[in-house]
Amino acid sequence: MSSTGIRAEFPREGGTPPAPKTSRWHGLAIPFAFLAPALLFLSVWVIYPMLATMWRSLFSDRGDRFVGLDNYERLFTDDRLLTALKNNALWVLIIPAAVTAVGLVFAVLVERVRWSVAFKIAVFMPLAVSLFAVGVIWRIMYQQDPERGVINAGIAAVKGKFTDEGVLSSAAPSTDDLEGTPKSGFVLKQTVGPGDTALLGLTAVRVPEIPEAAEDAAQPEAVSDGIAGVVWRDFSPGGDSRPGRVDTGEVGLPGVKIELRDADGKRIDSTTAANDGTFAFEGVEAGDYRLAIANTTFVRPFGGVNWLGSSLITPSIMFSYIWVTAGFAMVIIGAGLASIPRDTLEAARTDGATEWQVFRRITVPLLAPVLTVVFVTQIIGVLKIFDLVLAVAPGSSQDDAATLAFVMWQRSFSGQNLFGLGSAISTFLLLLFIPFLIINIRRFRREAS
Amino acid sequence: MEAATAETRTAGQPVVIEEGIAPKLVRALGKAPVHLVLVLLGIFWLIPTTGLFITSILQASDQAKGGWWNFFAKPSAWTLENYRNMFDNEGITHALWVTTQVTIGATILPIMVAALAAYALAWIEFPGRDWVFLLVVGLLLVPVQMALIPIFRLYNTFSLYDTVPGLILFHTAFALPFAIFLLRNFFSGIPRDLMEAARIDGASEIRLFFKVILPLGLPAIASLAIFQVLFVWNDLLIGLVLAQANQPIAPAIASQLRQFGSNLDVLAPASFFSAVIPLLVFAMFQRYFVQGLLAGSVK
Repeated sequence: MSSTGIRAEFPREGGTPPAPKTSRWHGLAIPFAFLAPALLFLSVWVIYPMLATMWRSLFSDRGDRFVGLDNYERLFTDDRLLTALKNNALWVLIIPAAVTAVGLVFAVLVERVRWSVAFKIAVFMPLAVSLFAVGVIWRIMYQQDPERGVINAGIAAVKGKFTDEGVLSSAAPSTDDLEGTPKSGFVLKQTVGPGDTALLGLTAVRVPEIPEAAEDAAQPEAVSDGIAGVVWRDFSPGGDSRPGRVDTGEVGLPGVKIELRDADGKRIDSTTAANDGTFAFEGVEAGDYRLAIANTTFVRPFGGVNWLGSSLITPSIMFSYIWVTAGFAMVIIGAGLASIPRDTLEAARTDGATEWQVFRRITVPLLAPVLTVVFVTQIIGVLKIFDLVLAVAPGSSQDDAATLAFVMWQRSFSGQNLFGLGSAISTFLLLLFIPFLIINIRRFRREAS
Repeated sequence: MEAATAETRTAGQPVVIEEGIAPKLVRALGKAPVHLVLVLLGIFWLIPTTGLFITSILQASDQAKGGWWNFFAKPSAWTLENYRNMFDNEGITHALWVTTQVTIGATILPIMVAALAAYALAWIEFPGRDWVFLLVVGLLLVPVQMALIPIFRLYNTFSLYDTVPGLILFHTAFALPFAIFLLRNFFSGIPRDLMEAARIDGASEIRLFFKVILPLGLPAIASLAIFQVLFVWNDLLIGLVLAQANQPIAPAIASQLRQFGSNLDVLAPASFFSAVIPLLVFAMFQRYFVQGLLAGSVK
């Protein structure tokens, strides 16, 4: 894999750069005239500022005091800057590998279908959009409320298939007769048998959660061959209410799930309270039983994963980055894949190799140079990541999402004017690029010789 | 008798087809999971952008009601009002105008400057040529962060801060290493005979550059131009640091992020519209785009 995708399609003689054989001595005037504009731009806008930034990084933020390496020390001691360093490390450790892997899988899969162009366009498209717009796109995707954020809506839909929402989020027993917590459910201490009635009083119920259908609680009527009871809000605001007694003005709690358990606590049957709070288990054989308010009553509705909160913000931004760059990796790896001789693969298949063996033993090794290019490109891109952090992370979790490029901007330009620190961060960033600089120069040298 | 018919039938049947259909079916079935996986992935990849688009064509009141997917199949709720408001919003139209100017300037200028330099590095023999090219390759990876603080101060001194030329010049300088690198590699692939013939005919270097190099270098220049248009149009950091009242579109809408949620009717259409131009460029010049991208993988 050559370093560039664009090459003149002329027959080439010898290596690069082809020095004219009958080289005339042009003097320095002509080449200088051609090079002058470029050298001017590079000197004023790149080389001078680069040196100035390095120099500036040794001075205080206001630039009036020489501080040596103090700014670099801040970089490794300030908590927020350490977070940025840690995040950058995470980005470098995770993203290049992830993007290369995703790109490889996509490239291999898409090669097998006829409509590969449509798929490639869909995956490639985000690359044309600015990372900032991508950030806005994902900010919408990641919204916490399942009514607004698609991702949480998807999770809620899947969850809803398996779990029923409870009617209440929390409550407490009104008397000592019941024990337990909303998480475990409440169990009536007293055992019950056919013909008994039970009073399951609850307090600390949130008023908005009381179902609209709720009616005044009714005294349960005993059933001869069954167990009856009432579950109600054992409290009425301003009314005359005593714990453990169904008083006027107190309402039943419809929808609360009641379980009938045997003496060992094993569930035998379950039912749901009616609008006046009453319930009954009929046809119960003689014996001792226990009644319980099932903990499923208190299953909270799915409130959405807080993707943009401080703990998940970095993985969330990373995911949106993979969404953008997968197309890049897919196309480059796809180009490499197309250049693998079919014969080699066919020969292996004829010899009885499975698809996995062909992939593992032939495709991947042959693709190694292309995979390296993608991997290295991603490291370089990831070290500079800025736009997505600014666009996806809300103010409250910005510090948790920060990267070096982001803190450099934040400390120097978002009103803080910490130019000494900003210069040190930039210089540190440049240092991180030096290995790749050396690789580039070596490659050029190799091509030149 | 019956057995005989059956036998003849079997014998008469084109066995080849029977054997052909079965493996085909097996292969198609074997591929079904691949198709399914790719369809699902393709849809997943389209959802986010679709979400932004649908959000952008909903009234603020509808946006507040719930997720955009509720309106996906409800064209009656769609409206271009947000876009109309956006074009009435002077801040945004001004930002779009600035972006256009900066993009055009910062695409043409670096290509011209780089083409001149690349020609000299590829075809004019002079002492220290390799060192100059080495310098260019070395500067390829210098992050823009290295220049922001000194240039910010320099621009304030020379009144280039918050101006379109200021942004163009900065973009130009940082586009040069890559542009020179790319064009020089391309130019040096031009056949030597062609160049020698022109030189023997007495063509000057300038003439050679305009009559031979530029026309032959057009494919590389096109890829570079596409790459640069997208890079400049989509830039956030440089516009954010070096401009304030004359910010390009991305930095201009970045300030809207603070009230994210309450101003989706402004943020969504502006973001989507800012993405439309690059998407059009992508759609029209897909081939060059991919080439430019492949080439840009060294940047």
